[in-house]
Amino acid sequence: MRRRNLIPAISTVAVVSLVAACGGAGGPSGGGGKISDDKIVLGVLNDQTGIYAELSGPNGVKAVEMAVEDFKAKHGDDAVSKNIEVVVADHQNKPEIANTKAQEMYDRQKADIILDVPTSSAALAVATQAKAKKKLFIDISGATTALTGESCNKYTFHYAYDTYMLANGTGTAVTQAGAKNWYIVYPDYAFGQDMEKSFSKAIETAGGKVLAKKPTEFPNTSGDFSSQLLQAPASNPDVLGTMHAGGELVNLVKQYNQFKLKDKGVGLSVGLMFITDIHSLGSDALAGTRFTDAWYWNFDEQNRQWADKFKEKTGSRPSFAHAGNYSATMAYLDAVQAAGTDASDDVVKNLEGKEINDFFLRNGKIRAEDHRVIHDAYLAEVKPKSEVKEDYDYEKIVTTIPADKAFKPVSESTCKMG
Amino acid sequence: MLQHAFNGLVNGSFYALLALGLAVIFGMLGVVNFAHAAFYMLGAFGAFILLSEFGVSFWVALLVMPLLLGLFGMALERLLIRRLVALDPLYNFLLTFGLTLIFQDLLRMKYGVQPQQYPQPSGLGGSVDLGLFTFPAYQVFVLVFSVLVSLGAWLLLARTRIGMIVRASTERPDITRALGIDVGRWISPVFGFGIALAALSGVLAAPMRAVSPLMGADLIILVFAVVVIGGLGSIFGSVAAGFIIGMLQALGNVYLPGLATTLVFILMAVVLLWRPAGLFGREEASV
Repeated sequence: MRRRNLIPAISTVAVVSLVAACGGAGGPSGGGGKISDDKIVLGVLNDQTGIYAELSGPNGVKAVEMAVEDFKAKHGDDAVSKNIEVVVADHQNKPEIANTKAQEMYDRQKADIILDVPTSSAALAVATQAKAKKKLFIDISGATTALTGESCNKYTFHYAYDTYMLANGTGTAVTQAGAKNWYIVYPDYAFGQDMEKSFSKAIETAGGKVLAKKPTEFPNTSGDFSSQLLQAPASNPDVLGTMHAGGELVNLVKQYNQFKLKDKGVGLSVGLMFITDIHSLGSDALAGTRFTDAWYWNFDEQNRQWADKFKEKTGSRPSFAHAGNYSATMAYLDAVQAAGTDASDDVVKNLEGKEINDFFLRNGKIRAEDHRVIHDAYLAEVKPKSEVKEDYDYEKIVTTIPADKAFKPVSESTCKMG
Repeated sequence: MLQHAFNGLVNGSFYALLALGLAVIFGMLGVVNFAHAAFYMLGAFGAFILLSEFGVSFWVALLVMPLLLGLFGMALERLLIRRLVALDPLYNFLLTFGLTLIFQDLLRMKYGVQPQQYPQPSGLGGSVDLGLFTFPAYQVFVLVFSVLVSLGAWLLLARTRIGMIVRASTERPDITRALGIDVGRWISPVFGFGIALAALSGVLAAPMRAVSPLMGADLIILVFAVVVIGGLGSIFGSVAAGFIIGMLQALGNVYLPGLATTLVFILMAVVLLWRPAGLFGREEASV
């Protein structure tokens, strides 16, 4: 249904193949000290128009372009290559499309790296391609821990967050704050199931109890969650934990408020929330809700500075996925600069174990064992409207979860790096 | 149990209003209007735009949007749909499908896919005590309102002269024409009326659903199933099927989670096998 990207996509492919034909030379990556095809090609593969287009989408591409500009400005004539190109494709949140697009990017567009890729199932498809083609893949907006678990590989990195981080932050904090009894609703597909498992585990470890787990069909065609919500008060939970994302989350919270579950003693806790979701619902609809955030634009001056630049380019405030895209691009380009080549194996060597501190990664480190990028995460609370001072000023950071506590420890990882 | 059934009726009201419009249009024009759910979306989005840009309240939007979109629908029928009616029904199906994409993308270009805010209308924020259980006032209002609208539409079609003409032209256009009635005159208003119903349910949905350009896209398939179950073109059937399916889905969600929507299509398959013309449809003797 979403074909309007076909024309730009076809033209990009056409131009790229034309350039490749004229430029001649450029063999496959290999041999140190050189840049393959005389250019670095960054592929951004994400949802350009669908339900996840707002949280990364076209503005995610802009964030990558911002990083390229800043990299060029930083290194000037010393840059390892001045010829850095960004190519874009829409995967429509479908794994099979992600699979072909990734192939196309690596083979025909000569992409040295693929970035972003929301939707867990699509991200896993791209990871498989990265492994086969021996080209880099840094996932930013996908959630599944499988990327650094059973499906990990030498060329895949996972940057901003994952389901373990969300569950560990929110599930633990909310349970310890006194909400012992949970009623979980989750969308019935890879992401939701993964979230439900991670949350249940975190809740039980923290001494809480999951009274009921209710799957809802995905995608929810009628936009209705009232049946699941109406059943909640019967089991007397302290809190309703929802694992829905994007538009589904918005629907569910609207209905949660209409059925006045809060007045019936059922609090609300949200598994994954982007700032764009709060913007849709209005902060009053979510006031007091606690959730785990990978990054918040108004956290401190450093974040704010970047958010201001982002706003100049896009007109809106960045989600953590936007910031993550910038940071990951910079980390990759810095690694190419340090290696002096874009040959995958050399770049991977440079990334592994690297400690990074920028506006996005605080106490950041790229774990060599499973390629999980760890960094400080935040337990956030949605402000009531009366405290919101400007657009997108919706969050209050309750605590910072230190990098080594925020993510799954290496000892628990199932990753076997081949 | 009662509470869930009641809840299902509320969801059924949307199906009923949408299916009613779709059935009227199909009956009169023989057009399968794929853009129906897009008008539902436009109704909700229109209410949002009226509120955010002009401060127009929900109650006014409830009146204005159906009128505006109804008129727009009439113009659409005059300009585009009419030209294709004589051809294979597939042409209009494609036309309305194309229109759906255009509406969706125009709004997407301006507003993005992120759902927009729409508050509860003033005065309906509370709950109503229904004896056995309390229910949000707004949901109760939606149910009562759509039952009234459905009843009104039925009275209009069953008890007035206009309704008689419309019904006659729906069922036997040739004979009606032979009786000296200008059938063509009524086509545009009927199309507009169907669209107005879709817009109305859109406005009703704005305070309880996520208002986004894609909000109708998933719904249309379900509404088609409702119309088929009710009997294509059957006015009473589509309304009844709307409420029945709303209830079925709600109960399915409680007792057979994961199967709720599939249940609708299973019902559709069974109905088609058992009564090919739909639950309330009449079989055509000869076509």
